[in-house]
Amino acid sequence: MKLFKNLLKSPGFLLGSSLFLLTLVLALLGPLFIDVDTRTRVGLAFMPPSAKAPLGTDHLGLDMVSLLIQGLRSSLYVGFLAGTVATIVGTLIGVYGGYKGGLIDDILTVATNLFLVIPSLIVLILLSSSLDEGRSLTLIALIIGCTTWTWSARAVRAQASSIRARDHVALARINGYGTFGIVMLHILPYLLSYIFMVFILQTATGILSEASISLLGLGPYDSISLGKILNEAIRNEALSDGAWWAFAPAMVLITVIVFALYVLNTSLEGVFNPRLRK
Amino acid sequence: MLNNNPALKHIVGRVGWYLVTFLVAVTINFFLPRLGDANPVDTIMAKVSTGLDTKSARVKEEAYLKEFGLVEVDAQGKVKRDAQGKPVPTPLSSQFVNYMGMSLQGDLGSSILQHPKRVSEIIKTAIPWTIALQLPTIIFGWIIGNVLGALAAYKRGAFDKILYPMALLTSAIPAFCFGILLVYFFGIRLEWFPAVGGYDEGLTPELSGEFLSSAAYYYVLPFLSVFLLVVGGQAIGMRSMCIYELGTDYVKYAKLLGVKESKILFYMFRNAMLPQLTGLALALGTMVGGALIAEIIFSYPGLGMTILTAIQGNDYPVITGCTLLITVTVLIANFSADVMIGLLDPRIKAVQSGGK
Repeated sequence: MKLFKNLLKSPGFLLGSSLFLLTLVLALLGPLFIDVDTRTRVGLAFMPPSAKAPLGTDHLGLDMVSLLIQGLRSSLYVGFLAGTVATIVGTLIGVYGGYKGGLIDDILTVATNLFLVIPSLIVLILLSSSLDEGRSLTLIALIIGCTTWTWSARAVRAQASSIRARDHVALARINGYGTFGIVMLHILPYLLSYIFMVFILQTATGILSEASISLLGLGPYDSISLGKILNEAIRNEALSDGAWWAFAPAMVLITVIVFALYVLNTSLEGVFNPRLRK
Repeated sequence: MLNNNPALKHIVGRVGWYLVTFLVAVTINFFLPRLGDANPVDTIMAKVSTGLDTKSARVKEEAYLKEFGLVEVDAQGKVKRDAQGKPVPTPLSSQFVNYMGMSLQGDLGSSILQHPKRVSEIIKTAIPWTIALQLPTIIFGWIIGNVLGALAAYKRGAFDKILYPMALLTSAIPAFCFGILLVYFFGIRLEWFPAVGGYDEGLTPELSGEFLSSAAYYYVLPFLSVFLLVVGGQAIGMRSMCIYELGTDYVKYAKLLGVKESKILFYMFRNAMLPQLTGLALALGTMVGGALIAEIIFSYPGLGMTILTAIQGNDYPVITGCTLLITVTVLIANFSADVMIGLLDPRIKAVQSGGK
């Protein structure tokens, strides 16, 4: 309870969470109030905002508001899925290596550092360009999750290995708990707040990665995402046509989500780790 | 000899590690694109076979299959065929060995889109642009960001109040959004700078004053789009490192002794720089990725654009050639950062000479 009171007192948390909730509400409830139609043309190409299309139209004459809501839904979905995968993989590897120590830890650390050095965008490009036919939104999210887990493994490992040395873990070991029991009951609970912060950052990374990969023309074939809106706008000369409505709102949405998640993460860090508070 | 020189020992250890990483990177580069069932020869054949009769199409296909090393070849240089007359595919393992050998010699095969052209040729024309864009942005961005961050932490007051939110803002905006904003406002709306390309269309790349000045003019926006982000990110990191250093005993003691401000700043900078250097090594991959996307937004004639065109045309040899080159460059840059850490970090000396 005290934690929540502290959270509500932190301006960063209020700002970050309300901005993020706003985008979430827009994505989830938007379709209830606005008729989201990303297939029917409502006007000519790159029509400026009007009563019929409040944010104008794209290069095909589709309604930008519909595209943006659909894109926002997809981007959040990719972010959450990629963030979940990356956090789970990173936590498993990090906790196991950090707790076990020894040879297994060495191997896992080398593997983590290895994939930390090889740029994840490169692995993303290689993987998604080879899967030309079946590049669905879900698959893209999974691929992103499988390439961005490295730094969370590293961070979680450092935390886990510091907890390993604590007395209660030694007591649990003496009492005959196995590795699984100790990790689940005596290590993970201490890391939960930390893992939650990792998840937030990984979600932001997921959304940014999706946008990057879509800008390269490797976006999902089965849906619209914010990155794909940007890609289509740039490819179809929205910039030189001065059609700001075709790209600016998508950019604002991506920036707001990522900014909100970053601010949320920093504020949580301050609340969970009182030493950082001033 | 190694035992007497801890910094050298550290470096030798890192060389081994980077060799392993390099091998893994090459392996990934080979196997990932082969996960899907896209076959470069089918892609080419779909393009060139129109209007050819079956026989000449078959001759062509054979030539391509041989060239890409996809089929077994007998002693006379003919494609081996099985009982049904189908070409015998080379096992993936020996394809991999061939690929490794070729890559180590710098041979990256030939492009599919611009067929007889070698991938190394294509990359050779693109790489000066990418290096010119990325190297100065990352190095100067890192230095200036760190100096600004340290100053902000030390001076506080108005300087910090202006710098910190600015740095937060630039680092919160995704790199590609920042690039698009710059293109739109300064390139298209205000027309201060050219929005796309690397030089005036009428010119050919050469070492003439006219070309260089045109290239410099086109350079401004792409440079800024990456540079400001690097500065912002680094300044934030350095600022918090320095705030931590300011609270340490040695800084308080030096202040009490009346040591010159510039000298304290130097000590602080040196201590806070090491984690920043490690941070740079870790962030390099992301920075390079961001800069590649920036190239695409500015249609800058570097590797980013090369990859984009290759992706649009399913030109796998070019894609893997570029990704391999980028990975190797990032590895080399990381290695240099590691060497510098080995030379600068007193703890490495302490652990390896005194500790054991």
